[in-house]
Amino acid sequence: MGVDIRVENLNAWYGNTHTLQDINLHIPSNHATALIGPSGCGKSTFVRCLNRMHETNPIARAEGTVMIGGLDIYKDASPVEIRRRVGMVFQRPNPFPTMSIYDNVASGLKLNGFRNKRMLDEVVERSLKQAALWDEVKDDLRKKSGASISGGQQQRLCIARALAVDPEVLLMDEPASALDPVSTAKIEDLIYQLKSQYTIVIVTHNMQQAARVAANTGFFLNGKLVEFDATTKIFTKPSDKRTEDYITGRFG
Amino acid sequence: MSSPRTERSATMNRLHELRRSVVNHFVTGLAILSTVVVLVPLIAIVGYLIYKGASSLNLAFFTHVPAPVGQPGGGMANAIVGSGVILGLASLIGIPVGIFAGVYLAEYGQGTHLGNMVRFTADVLNGVPSIVMGIAAYSLIVAKQQHFSGFAGGVALAIMMVPTITRTTEEMLATVPHAIREAALGLGIPKWRTVLSISLRTASAGIITGCMLAFARVAGETAPLLFTAFGNQFWSFDLKQPIAALPLQIYVYAVSPYDEWHRLAWAGALVLIAMIMGAVTLVRIFSNRGALQGGH
Repeated sequence: MGVDIRVENLNAWYGNTHTLQDINLHIPSNHATALIGPSGCGKSTFVRCLNRMHETNPIARAEGTVMIGGLDIYKDASPVEIRRRVGMVFQRPNPFPTMSIYDNVASGLKLNGFRNKRMLDEVVERSLKQAALWDEVKDDLRKKSGASISGGQQQRLCIARALAVDPEVLLMDEPASALDPVSTAKIEDLIYQLKSQYTIVIVTHNMQQAARVAANTGFFLNGKLVEFDATTKIFTKPSDKRTEDYITGRFG
Repeated sequence: MSSPRTERSATMNRLHELRRSVVNHFVTGLAILSTVVVLVPLIAIVGYLIYKGASSLNLAFFTHVPAPVGQPGGGMANAIVGSGVILGLASLIGIPVGIFAGVYLAEYGQGTHLGNMVRFTADVLNGVPSIVMGIAAYSLIVAKQQHFSGFAGGVALAIMMVPTITRTTEEMLATVPHAIREAALGLGIPKWRTVLSISLRTASAGIITGCMLAFARVAGETAPLLFTAFGNQFWSFDLKQPIAALPLQIYVYAVSPYDEWHRLAWAGALVLIAMIMGAVTLVRIFSNRGALQGGH
């Protein structure tokens, strides 16, 4: 089941650049939440702070409180533990090219020492079904490389791989921006179905996408969270002038 | 009717097109010529070795130890096995050390003083003449132990393998896309596990090539073995004792005054090259086994 995320006074830096400034936000559990904003506004940095991927860059650092399901992830847990509970899907599909489709999905478990074959088989099948990929790949699970399938299939494979470790939160950093419209629609359908079981945070450039999949939407600008509200409200009656300018296409 | 202006630009276009075509053919020709220049010496050497050496190859060459001076027959069985032993030991030491040093450079030592030092040392070591490597192993091991040994030979060759393997490993790891490491870290896989099971595995084809290059290079080395393995006319598998090696045996026979020995030296050289080619081919076949459809 998904858990909620509470962010208090989150600040992040790349070197001397203050990329996130005093972010305060509550993301409800078992909903999809969209983050929109122009390039470089800090929305990607924000999601990378939610699973402590931000700090894998040696010049990056973050300060503040991020509570995920009541756990203070910067105080009470190691990055490795956090990332098992908070899965991530990246902008470009990044399957492991030397691994079969099966091993890609099983990698999160296998490489953490999980060896029970029967359980792995079950997890792989369940995850691929959740990612709506099972029927397309079930005959080549062990024969084909994870990099040999189409881009859209690769992205669903990456979603299956993230789901296989049974996370509570799924972060998606522009998951459809490198895909064609048909594949994009499939990913959106998935998000729609998965949000009943996981808390989903999706960064997107596509405002229609945010409107289609997300219950709540946050608008970032220049490292600040300008507005966070129900998606319908953001797109019909934004309370901030800058949000209105952005969604009506006046800039960005 | 076309205006003078479009006519002139049509001529220009034709000229431009001609120039482009000539340059294209010239560069293609240059590439083909260079390929031939690379291939000719290799084919010539192998061909000449077969011509000179194949007639001296018989069963005795692979089963007998060298015959005493003045007696006909004899073979290089002990040298073939000895080379195998020394190269096995060198690979056993050199490949893990080389790969892990490369892993350090690519994954942990970026921009650190130690990292820069290791990289610089590896590059310098790569350029050190092999005879110097032999003398180093002599003074470090042989002189201390007061006797020549196969072990010292293996260590000398291992040291020569390390820099090539280290630098290839580093460069191959650098070609592994950042996105793939992020994918692994994002799954909650610890860094050491990511390095071993994701980065190294993704770069494995190139790293294996590097190891093969290093292996093939030291397999034919004679100078480092002169002061270490020393050579042996009799059967010996003891790493603590002097041991025979093909390059040494070839060297001894080639500079001898006997025609029979010259012929055996040619045969030995042919066997040495065949062994290197065989080892490289075997590793290629082995490492391609179980490759996935559409994988890298």
